[in-house]
Amino acid sequence: MAKRIEVLDLSCYYGAHKAVADVTMTIEPKTVTALIGPSGCGKSTFLRSLNRLHEVVPGGRITGQVLLDDQDIYAPDVDAVALRRSVGMVFQRPNPFPTMSIFDNVASGLKLGGGKNKDLPDVVERALTGAHLWAEVKDRLKKPALALSGGQQQRLCIARAIAVEPEVLLMDEPCSALDPISTLAIEDLIAELKDRYTIVIVTHNMQQASRVSEQTGFFTLAGAGQPGVLVEYDATSRIFSVPADKRTEDYITGRVG
Amino acid sequence: MTTATASRPANQQWQIHGRRAFVNNLATVAMYLAFIVAVIPLGLVIWYTIGKGLARFSLGFLTHSMAGVGSNDVNGGVYHAIVGTVEQLLIASAIAVPLGLLVAIYLNEYGGKAFATLVRLLVDVMTGIPSIVAGLFVLAFWVIGLHKGYSGFAGAMALSILMLPVVTRASEEMLRLVPDPLREAAYALGIPKWRVILSIIMPTARTGITTGIMLAVARVMGETAPLLLTAAGTLFINTNPFHGQQEALPLYVFSSAASGTPADVNRAWAAAMTLILIVVLLYVAARLLTRRDALNRR
Repeated sequence: MAKRIEVLDLSCYYGAHKAVADVTMTIEPKTVTALIGPSGCGKSTFLRSLNRLHEVVPGGRITGQVLLDDQDIYAPDVDAVALRRSVGMVFQRPNPFPTMSIFDNVASGLKLGGGKNKDLPDVVERALTGAHLWAEVKDRLKKPALALSGGQQQRLCIARAIAVEPEVLLMDEPCSALDPISTLAIEDLIAELKDRYTIVIVTHNMQQASRVSEQTGFFTLAGAGQPGVLVEYDATSRIFSVPADKRTEDYITGRVG
Repeated sequence: MTTATASRPANQQWQIHGRRAFVNNLATVAMYLAFIVAVIPLGLVIWYTIGKGLARFSLGFLTHSMAGVGSNDVNGGVYHAIVGTVEQLLIASAIAVPLGLLVAIYLNEYGGKAFATLVRLLVDVMTGIPSIVAGLFVLAFWVIGLHKGYSGFAGAMALSILMLPVVTRASEEMLRLVPDPLREAAYALGIPKWRVILSIIMPTARTGITTGIMLAVARVMGETAPLLLTAAGTLFINTNPFHGQQEALPLYVFSSAASGTPADVNRAWAAAMTLILIVVLLYVAARLLTRRDALNRR
């Protein structure tokens, strides 16, 4: 199920502005990869290029290649909509659909994505259980999603993302709007989810990166207006103990950023 | 249990100084005054219309036409005008609402920059079209040019020209209020764009769009000038909007008030009151509809 992501010489642009330059990295299946780095270094842009959400922004385009198990996701005959069913995403702020109930939120990807309508209640229960939310909401599935707390909403968004059974799960600072308890809940969840998915998580919290990930990539930018670059990509334990690059060391020890 | 400390006067530094307190009071008074000044005309219009209208208003007034009723007779009613107004508004809405919604969706979800700006500019220009010009256009193009003659449908077309920009701009504003993260969340689930618009963006903006449509309907409901040139009015019941002259409430008010006989003037007031009542009724209905909707989701 989980797929390998190979990124070759990827650069991301907003119109004429180059936001990310020449990233090459391989992300192994069933691992958690953390992307760290200062604000504006292009981590999120890079992440969004992995499910072609980057191109939804006016002027968003890329050069280079992203391979998902050897399939170029930017090949002309690839349908971005279908691709995104395989590469799910969880965002920084919980963003459940406000007009929908808890149930409908989780079912939305299947119902509106035109996939086969399997046994929806079953899928919803499995997704919510997977996201550690089932016990809290099983008696109020018809209630609006916005009635949940922030942490619950974020877990709902994770349930919504895994309900369509993607192969890769992208997480863009999924805990930055949450309190420590909810953060812990989501980190536990990530540890479980990696048995089934390839997970890439952007985070500003270096403790979090060292807690949840096996591999870590450090992004930075030379200066304002410059494109972000991938400085170092290695096992998390090495990045946080014996970083190869001076810039990585400065960042993780708190000397910059 | 803690004992409350006795409150003592604020020290010098924290005291509200005379000038600031004065300006604060002045601003407060000015705001209340502005509010009262704004509300007085509204209150007077409603009070006056209902006060004068009640003299003639009755069930019979709502269920009779003016067929065979002279200017000095005290009977007669607005049935034919209500039929006309309702039919004309339904047709005008059927034309302007889908079109306006589609334009708004195009502008907000699809439009390329240059072309969308041009369309937006044209819509704004359209908002500024004097209503009688819309009437003249339909008169020249449809009634005379294509030899279709006066009809409720011609009136509805003129009204739809006036409704279209209002519906478009109101809907566009509401669609723009839908936060982008919602769209991205939907795209990230692999939901096709048309589905995202239909099932996620539109429901989120629904209440605001309904209000916008209601405002557009209420605005054209009182339009007289364009109907004068297109539906042209009649004393008789004409239920067919596609053939022959048709009455409408504003036309009825206009012609009765212009006639000037005491009986006609009384009928004009009662018809004006009917018009207000229908607007209020529509507004309440729309509100209840969207509210019921909101409650269902709870």
